Amino acid sequence: MATAEEVAKAAERREVRDRWLLSAPALLVILLAATGPLLIVVVYSFLAPGPYGDVKWQFSSDAWTSVFLERDIFDDTLSLAAAHVTIFLRSIKLAAVTTLATLALGFPTAYFMATRSEKTRDLWLFLITIPFWTNLLIRTFAVLQIIRNEGIINTILLKLGIVSAPVQILYTDTAILIGMAYVYLPLMVLPIYASMEKLDFRLVEAGYDLYATRFKVLWKIIFPLVKPGVIAGSILVFIPALGAYVTPSILGGGKNMMLSNLIELQFGQGRNWPLGSALSITVMIIVMVALLAYVRNAGKSGVRHG
Amino acid sequence: MPDKPDRNAIEVVNVSKIFGSGEGQVAALDKVSVSIRENEFFTLLGPSGCGKTTLLRLIAGFDFPTAGEILLYGQDIAPLPPFKRPVNTVFQSYALFPHMTVADNIGFGLEMLGKPKAEIKARVAEMLKLVKMEALAGRRTGQISGGQQQRVALARALAPQPKVLLLDEPLSALDYKLRKEMQIELKRLQNETGITFIFVTHDQEEALTMSDRIAVMSSGKILQVGSPWDIYDKPAERFVADFIGETNFLTAAISDVGNGKARATLKSGATIEATVAEGFQPKDNATVVVRPEHAKLTKDKGDLSGTVENIVYFGTDTHIHVRLDSGEAFTVRQQNTRSAGFGFERDDKVGILIGNDAAQVLRD
Repeated sequence: MATAEEVAKAAERREVRDRWLLSAPALLVILLAATGPLLIVVVYSFLAPGPYGDVKWQFSSDAWTSVFLERDIFDDTLSLAAAHVTIFLRSIKLAAVTTLATLALGFPTAYFMATRSEKTRDLWLFLITIPFWTNLLIRTFAVLQIIRNEGIINTILLKLGIVSAPVQILYTDTAILIGMAYVYLPLMVLPIYASMEKLDFRLVEAGYDLYATRFKVLWKIIFPLVKPGVIAGSILVFIPALGAYVTPSILGGGKNMMLSNLIELQFGQGRNWPLGSALSITVMIIVMVALLAYVRNAGKSGVRHG
Repeated sequence: MPDKPDRNAIEVVNVSKIFGSGEGQVAALDKVSVSIRENEFFTLLGPSGCGKTTLLRLIAGFDFPTAGEILLYGQDIAPLPPFKRPVNTVFQSYALFPHMTVADNIGFGLEMLGKPKAEIKARVAEMLKLVKMEALAGRRTGQISGGQQQRVALARALAPQPKVLLLDEPLSALDYKLRKEMQIELKRLQNETGITFIFVTHDQEEALTMSDRIAVMSSGKILQVGSPWDIYDKPAERFVADFIGETNFLTAAISDVGNGKARATLKSGATIEATVAEGFQPKDNATVVVRPEHAKLTKDKGDLSGTVENIVYFGTDTHIHVRLDSGEAFTVRQQNTRSAGFGFERDDKVGILIGNDAAQVLRD
């Protein structure tokens, strides 16, 4: 006869098996829809480009070499691909600045929303999510309408006589930043708001009571307690901002190439699918490393609560 | 009672606080004036919504009065933000910072005041010892029990050596036994630190056992200020008499007012002596209150007579509910002894003796 222990073990084994069976459909979808395409990209990055796009089924590490290096056409020596490095740095900088800008705008917004009465909070939440209902392209064109030379801002400035000629905002880095901050702001506001809403504002009073000024209360009490929201918001903004395509193209006028443009180019006119694949994976690795470093750093000095 | 110097730590002068505007406006405080002496344990007592917490928040600086002045040692602090007032608060919810350790919580006020690190460390150690929490200094506040959190909240508020400590129903979240312990503990802390305590509670027993003086509040007004003995034995108004302890209300005809005393002729025809609040001139007819424990049952004819309706045993004492011949209800509380029998039954005809100095004429 089986001992109680054996019976318990068998039951546990059965349970584990059932759990796998039950989650199998979901796992299958994840495998096919997420891991599958990614694997194809990895495989393509190690193949040679075909003459009209596509790939030739023959191993080549050329794509990986050309991510950051350039082969001289005459003497075959390798040198740093300055253009690629510039594009990478430009994109990373834009994503970082966008994250900072949305944080600077989103934090006070979330604080404002969280300190409203319960009824008005829902209204603000609703207003914040409205832009999501509109296509990104249309929203970007709306920003374009506002900042272009004949746009609202310049018309008003001219009418008021503040400037004598339109200020060139469109097709500059400022234009890209304005557009990016606008597009990604809700992604920053929502997670911070979610944290802020749970914040016990009596702690804020306790801070004031213990001689903390408004700034100290913000820095020593509110910020550490909503940090999980800030981290989540920063991640949600940084990742898509790094791969942003539509907004920089339209508002920047395509003068300055971004990572997304570079990758798109390889799959289009460049007819170099392996290089496009290698670039995509490189971006992914950068994001992952950045995230790990960020979360680790934030977790070290941060709060473990809840 | 220890001698209290006559210096006022806090003076509240004609303070009103109105919330809302237009038709929805509510006066949480209505021209309240009260003086709180240095080093005293002062309690604001009243039911919820009476304005006691509002008054405390005005003193702390979380809200600002609509009218009136709040003086701290003669200086008007009403317009100052909370972080500029040498006053600290123990919150009902404790409001400990969850992202800090016990020691960091206690040291927070001193850190914000910009004290040197060594001084903060020494003071935190001293505070930990005072509230007997040395062993848990490194814990997060989420990892300690309610009673311990309460001690940390106290230590945190006492650490910066405030001129006045405000306590907003700090014991209400604790269970009965712990609450009793903390009452004694609070009293000890107040004696040891010599800081003026302003304590807010709706628990009359807590107020009576801990306070040097009590202010009874209702509907945004202070009805009576006095020692626990004054408040309990010489209530000035019906609300005070009713809110604190149990009491019997009797209608009586008043005569011979003078020297703080009056003669009260009860409906039964008996005449008893009653005390009158200072400076109060009662009308011909008034309400007289008698505490249940200040009356005695007798089988003979007493000052009042009636029928026993109900007898409730409470362990330490017994409450006898009597329906008077005049139709009014009257409760007598009698101390229990182990040896002697109780001696009364339901439906017994009884007399009630009211002791000298047991009755008080109410102002209303």
